[in-house]
Amino acid sequence: VRLRERLSRSGTIGRSLLSILSRESLTEEDWEEIEETLLLADVGIGPTTELMDRLRTRVQVLGTKDAASVREILREELLQLVDPTMDRTLRTAQGVGDDGAPHPATILVVGVNGTGKTTTVGKLARVLVAEDLEVVLGAADTFRAAAADQLQTWGERVGVTTVRSDREGADPAAVAFDAVQAGRTAGADVVLVDTAGRLQNKADLMGELGKIKRVISRQAPVSEVLLVLDATTGQNGLRQAQVFAEVVDVTGIVLTKLDGTAKGGIVVAVQRELGVPVKLVGLGEGADDLAPFVAEDFVEALLA
Amino acid sequence: MFASLSDRLTATFRNLRGKGRLSEQDITTTVSEIRRALLEADVALPVVREFTAAVRERALGAEVSGALNPGQQVVKIVNSELVEILGGQARDLRFAKRPPTVIMLAGLQGAGKTTLAGKLAKWLKDQGQTPLLVASDLQRPNAVTQLQVVGERAGVPVWAPEPGNGVGDPIEVARSGLAHAQDKLYSVVIVDTAGRLGVDTEMMAQAAAIKDVVQPDETLFVLDAMIGQDAVATAQAFQEGVDFTGVVLTKLDGDARGGAALSVAKVTGRPVLFASTGEKLTDFERFHADRMASRILDMGDILTLIEQA
Ligand SMILES: Nc1nc2c(ncn2[C@@H]2O[C@H](COP(=O)(O)OP(=O)(O)OP(=O)(O)O)[C@@H](O)[C@H]2O)c(=O)[nH]1
Ligand SMILES: Nc1nc2c(ncn2[C@@H]2O[C@H](COP(=O)(O)OP(=O)(O)OP(=O)(O)O)[C@@H](O)[C@H]2O)c(=O)[nH]1
Ligand SMILES: [Mg+2]
Ligand SMILES: [Mg+2]
Repeated sequence: VRLRERLSRSGTIGRSLLSILSRESLTEEDWEEIEETLLLADVGIGPTTELMDRLRTRVQVLGTKDAASVREILREELLQLVDPTMDRTLRTAQGVGDDGAPHPATILVVGVNGTGKTTTVGKLARVLVAEDLEVVLGAADTFRAAAADQLQTWGERVGVTTVRSDREGADPAAVAFDAVQAGRTAGADVVLVDTAGRLQNKADLMGELGKIKRVISRQAPVSEVLLVLDATTGQNGLRQAQVFAEVVDVTGIVLTKLDGTAKGGIVVAVQRELGVPVKLVGLGEGADDLAPFVAEDFVEALLA
Repeated sequence: MFASLSDRLTATFRNLRGKGRLSEQDITTTVSEIRRALLEADVALPVVREFTAAVRERALGAEVSGALNPGQQVVKIVNSELVEILGGQARDLRFAKRPPTVIMLAGLQGAGKTTLAGKLAKWLKDQGQTPLLVASDLQRPNAVTQLQVVGERAGVPVWAPEPGNGVGDPIEVARSGLAHAQDKLYSVVIVDTAGRLGVDTEMMAQAAAIKDVVQPDETLFVLDAMIGQDAVATAQAFQEGVDFTGVVLTKLDGDARGGAALSVAKVTGRPVLFASTGEKLTDFERFHADRMASRILDMGDILTLIEQA
């Protein structure tokens, strides 16, 4: 409901679709406008063309020209793509190591520059703390100016410890290792590891990310790798998802900045291509602005 | 991934080769491939529409050239249209007649404003200017610290009277920063501001208020090259909000095609002045319209293709 509310104040685009679809019967121009709605939401020309074809076929088969039912079919088709049956729960349960001792669930947060990784770590910590879980943050972005300070501020804000290096340019894998170890020693439930933003076409930085994950695994297996995608991102988002998935085997997507005018339609292609579910959405800069992804609401917002 | 435009057009050209003049059907096929490519490059839909209409018109009226086949002619038309829009009002940074020159940065969250502030400061310093950075983002956690680190790396002082993290008034910081620069005879003032959404009217009003007190010579709209169809709505909101004078495209070191550049240049009529191409202070250059055109349409290949024909 909250997502829908926030999104409904965004678009003028959507209104046009609603008005088309309330017309008596569809003209060729109406079809074009439906296509444009999808394109404007960043669904992409490939998936949009497929959707339009399916829609036309089904409308033809049903012999309907009634706008309300066409809208319903489009919603259905989109919903099928976004797949409400996917498991979107976060794996936050402690595990047991080979030595029989419990270890924290480790969540690695990755993505390109400026998408909202650090903010998401902060917000997620807040959610987990509210569930009475013990959380430790790891500041494995040792590169960007004041990145560790930013994470630490979030840690203080939500009342959890941040493991960091005081040295700029320290080995991020070593910091991540330390954080998981600290979490283990403290008997924490979850360790959230923030990483530096990196563009997927930079092989050395992607290699570094792979190393971070491998080094953490020596302490405890990584339970979730969350890829943070910015809702304003266009078609490059698919490329991002493909490369990050290859390097660190992404288990979930966080779609941020959905409080703006962008619809985040690129995740449709991302989910379809990679089978990785969107698990969370970011709806603002505050500590409480994180919500579970609800397929129905997302589709509604795409078309609204 | 997508077949590149040049691949697709090569196929189209094969059919066109040897014809003296383009039929309407030829043009429709070619233009529809171009539309697809523009959309894959994230060019905003209204811009795609206008652009392809212009290309179609010019292609229909195109004179038959002995040297080029009709398909190649369309490509040349596309390229020149792109370069014209992208480089239309190309110009240098405007300096104040009486220093300090004031540059204000604005844009969405995470676009690359603070990083750019450092790059601009270093670039200007290397040209003999004496810049002052002003920390007017008092919202994002440790934005002030970040600017201080960036300033230190650039060897440029930072005006940061307020700690930020929700404490202090960004408008007042901008005002006092400008006064300080006037007093100490800095030649350029660069004002870093918080990221904000186009729909956030309160934050947009704050940006306008900052602009009011510092009266910038340049207000730069900082835009992530990865942005999709939202580019137009956002650019328009910032144009209304702070009436920016130029655009800076960031993260061009990535592999996004950067259709946003075309969209924003076309819709706002504001020139793209700079390109940000990495996280380091020196990853910064003037914007090149011709390179951007090839990038958007994968045109480098196509232009080679024309030469080979
Ligand atoms: N409006 C809005 N802003 C957000 C959201 N999530 C993050 N932000 C803002 O986006 C900007 C970047 O967020 P960060 O968390 O620093 O992003 P990051 O991915 O850690 O960035 P790097 O570490 O530099 O790559 C900040 O200004 C955040 O406040 C969101 O859901 N909505
Ligand atoms: N690869 C690359 N990264 C960049 C570029 N410009 C900025 N960044 C990175 O993008 C992220 C966000 O940059 P910032 O300068 O903090 O962005 P901002 O607009 O100030 O963000 P807010 O203040 O939160 O709105 C950081 O990780 C930067 O290092 C660029 O041109 N290329
Ligand atoms: Mg970060
Ligand atoms: Mg900033």
